[in-house]
Amino acid sequence: MSGEVIERALDAAMGGGASYADVRTSEKRIESLSVKDGTLQGAESDLTAGFGVRVLVDGRWGFAASANSDPSDAEQAALRAVAIARASAIGGGSPVILDDTPPERGTYQTPFVEDPFAVSLDDKLRLLFDVDAEMGRVAGLTTRHATYGAVSEHKVFASSAGAHLEQDLVECGAGFTVTAVNDDEAQERTYPALGGQMVTGGFEAVRALDLVVHAQEISEQAVALLEAPQCPSGEMTVIIDSSQMALQVHESCGHPIELDRVLGMEASFAGTSFLTTDNLGVLQYGSSVVNIDADATAPGGLGTFGWDDEGVPAQNVPIVSAGRFVGYLTSRETAPIVGRQSMGSSRAGSWRQIPLIRMTNVNLRPGSAGSLEDLIADTDDGILLATNRSWSIDDRRLNFQFGTQIGWLIKDGRRAGMVRNPTYTGITPRFWGSCDAICGPSEWTLWGVPNCGKGEPMQTAHVGHGAAPARFRNVQVGVGRWG
Amino acid sequence: MGLNAEIILQAALDRVAGGWQAEAVFTNHDLSLTRFAGSRIHQNVSQTDATVRLRVERDGQTGVASTNRLDSDGLDDLARRAAAIGQKAAPNPDAAPLAGPPAEAVHSRIGWEASTAAADPVQRAEGARAVIAAGSQHGLEVSGAFSTESMHLAVANSRGLMSSHQGTTAKLLTVMMDGKGSSGYAQATSPDIDEIDAAAVGAEAAERGARSAGATDLEPGEYPVVLSEYAMHVVLEYLAEIAFSGLALLEGRSCMPLGERVMGDTVTIWDDGRDPSGLPAAIDFEGVAKQRVMLVEEGIGRGVVHDSVTAKRAGTTSTGHGLPAPNIWGPVAWNLFMAPGTTPRSELVAGMERGVLVTRFWYLSVVHSKRGLLTGMTKDGTFWVENGQIVRPIRNLRWTQSIPEAFSRISALSNTSQLILADYSGIAARVPAARIDSWNFTGATVAETDR
Repeated sequence: MSGEVIERALDAAMGGGASYADVRTSEKRIESLSVKDGTLQGAESDLTAGFGVRVLVDGRWGFAASANSDPSDAEQAALRAVAIARASAIGGGSPVILDDTPPERGTYQTPFVEDPFAVSLDDKLRLLFDVDAEMGRVAGLTTRHATYGAVSEHKVFASSAGAHLEQDLVECGAGFTVTAVNDDEAQERTYPALGGQMVTGGFEAVRALDLVVHAQEISEQAVALLEAPQCPSGEMTVIIDSSQMALQVHESCGHPIELDRVLGMEASFAGTSFLTTDNLGVLQYGSSVVNIDADATAPGGLGTFGWDDEGVPAQNVPIVSAGRFVGYLTSRETAPIVGRQSMGSSRAGSWRQIPLIRMTNVNLRPGSAGSLEDLIADTDDGILLATNRSWSIDDRRLNFQFGTQIGWLIKDGRRAGMVRNPTYTGITPRFWGSCDAICGPSEWTLWGVPNCGKGEPMQTAHVGHGAAPARFRNVQVGVGRWG
Repeated sequence: MGLNAEIILQAALDRVAGGWQAEAVFTNHDLSLTRFAGSRIHQNVSQTDATVRLRVERDGQTGVASTNRLDSDGLDDLARRAAAIGQKAAPNPDAAPLAGPPAEAVHSRIGWEASTAAADPVQRAEGARAVIAAGSQHGLEVSGAFSTESMHLAVANSRGLMSSHQGTTAKLLTVMMDGKGSSGYAQATSPDIDEIDAAAVGAEAAERGARSAGATDLEPGEYPVVLSEYAMHVVLEYLAEIAFSGLALLEGRSCMPLGERVMGDTVTIWDDGRDPSGLPAAIDFEGVAKQRVMLVEEGIGRGVVHDSVTAKRAGTTSTGHGLPAPNIWGPVAWNLFMAPGTTPRSELVAGMERGVLVTRFWYLSVVHSKRGLLTGMTKDGTFWVENGQIVRPIRNLRWTQSIPEAFSRISALSNTSQLILADYSGIAARVPAARIDSWNFTGATVAETDR
């Protein structure tokens, strides 16, 4: 996209009556590879480019997006956005007021060692076939599947206030899944997490996953789960592994701290939040060992960038401090409503879409409980739950039920045996209030979640969650009838 | 938009040389959406995008590329990238074969309405205003979205296939809340925006929202239920994944063995992409014409949908339910229908001695696919019924329930059905409301102060 597209769009929008306008152009390249059951199932290279124009006219939003890169199309899109904004006034209500974030100019590049798009296709496929071969050594699997993906995006943000920001973002990741099936059961194991692991960075992150090393053990677990006992039901002490903790943070903390949800702006689709504004700085969200922040500067996070899609610089802000709820994810429109400045979490899923409040890297800070083995040794009676399998939570993010792929009973500080189909359920603040131990930095991983859905039309965001294994007391485990 | 799909597809195919077979898929979406919350329009967007996806195949080697740069340079680059990948690809003997040309070419506009294609932001804003007015009369905070979309799918390949479908969708939904726990929902979906009665949608949600004020707790347990069409639709949406997919059946994770009784004899479900009373899509992403597929007939598992890959593995032919090939998801039943029963809708509740009336289910998840075990929450109007009368609203409940078990205990189906479009998956289904003798509620929602 040329600079002329940006200039013509901004000029047309302001000339058409906008009091504010911004333009985002994006060129995104995506590579995806998939090996299933010993054959190359998919190898794909995708390219998408376009721009979106967002305008405020008399305090009402309008937005139009187009893939056409001709400058005259930029003018048409801008005028379409202005017309849409004027129609927004029909609904009535109060006008939008943005915070006074100063316009910035600059560039940002994701740090990486090995450009994933410069690594040969042969090398990437060899890795996936090697993983597949290791999985294939284990008898009793029904399917095995190894995947790789990479994204590079060049995007430019410019506003009528004078901002001009260029960013080059690079992501890549990989993982594998095996299933084992018999007449009654269908068991799945994935590594390193459900859907694999994805980061901002280079191919060095994929090499560091050591997929081949773990393929056999994970595959054997899937087969063993077929004959494992059913997870018991009742209130138990649970230890939740790092990747499942990331999902727990995502659903029960990351979403309810989105200020647009809190203000009802997502009520018709994604839902609302129990963390209403009267709770800010007051509510004891969890126990004193619980500390959570939103860090868009964390190296390697899928929610790491230079500026968000409103031109606000990446920041690290506290969300939960010693268990107390102290911060929201905000945008330039919503932050002033709680007397704050945007902390830079307004992002769009693509050039076609408007920015919404999205998680950056919402991270549970590591604790002082040492390693996972230390934590198990410190637990007399409980269950270790690992790797997400199912997830459900109510529209206010209070009542959740999650399932994991595998569990191990803990007796007298040791793993006492594998169980299948584990589930657990709880109420968010009560659950986090029961957290009495979090493992230390050596167990902490920054996980990528590339499939977070929100908004209408629905957008998919790439977000991150750092977490270490953690222990919770008196949790309801084994939900439903399993006879 | 003035794009000529056939010319673009042919231009893409013409750029493939070197003995490759090729398939080109053109998709164009013009989507506009007016969103409201806090009883005002807060988001208002319009987007248009056309993409060509090129799949090349030679001796089992396959390469795929896509682009939305549809000029000559963009298509050159597209063909180069697809061939470059294909040349490096290991042969796959199970790769999706290119569909052959049908005896009669499919160029469908079933479900395309000029009224929807021409809808403008003022029309959508006026619809939003009507909904907001209905909620405001009851003192409810109103949120929702009014969208209009034109879709064009066209597929061509080097075997001579050229198929296309154009359709439109208008959808208006609203959630109305009082901020103290009450909530009401309504949705209307049609290919024709003129069929959307915004005031009626608003009135339906407002009535539910007002009625659900002052909800109290219900102890979790097994209760009879009446599920509205909204709740039934989302259950079918999940059955599409765990019961109606040819891939789920082949991989042994389906909860629906074929030829066996899996549900009660009142349950008949099929998929039909060409029925104008649904949201038609006459072809799939491989260009194959959609067949009507009987999935469950009087409670017996009868069939699953296939794409070219699962059909080949199963020794049958594609039913026209493929996503862009190759893919990991397998075929999808997008256009579901469940046969209505004989009970007037109003008598579903009237015929329940005691139990729960559910407006809507929320955030379902598959707990165990082979058992058909799902979990989710109730939402937007849940009521306790005694002696055939709604006696009080209740707070939302969590449930964990095997769907084949529940659908074996359906005691009545409404004699009407409603077309509903899913929020996340895009699966459309025309479904009746149902009364079911038992549903397993496994948890209650508590106030945030209850810790």
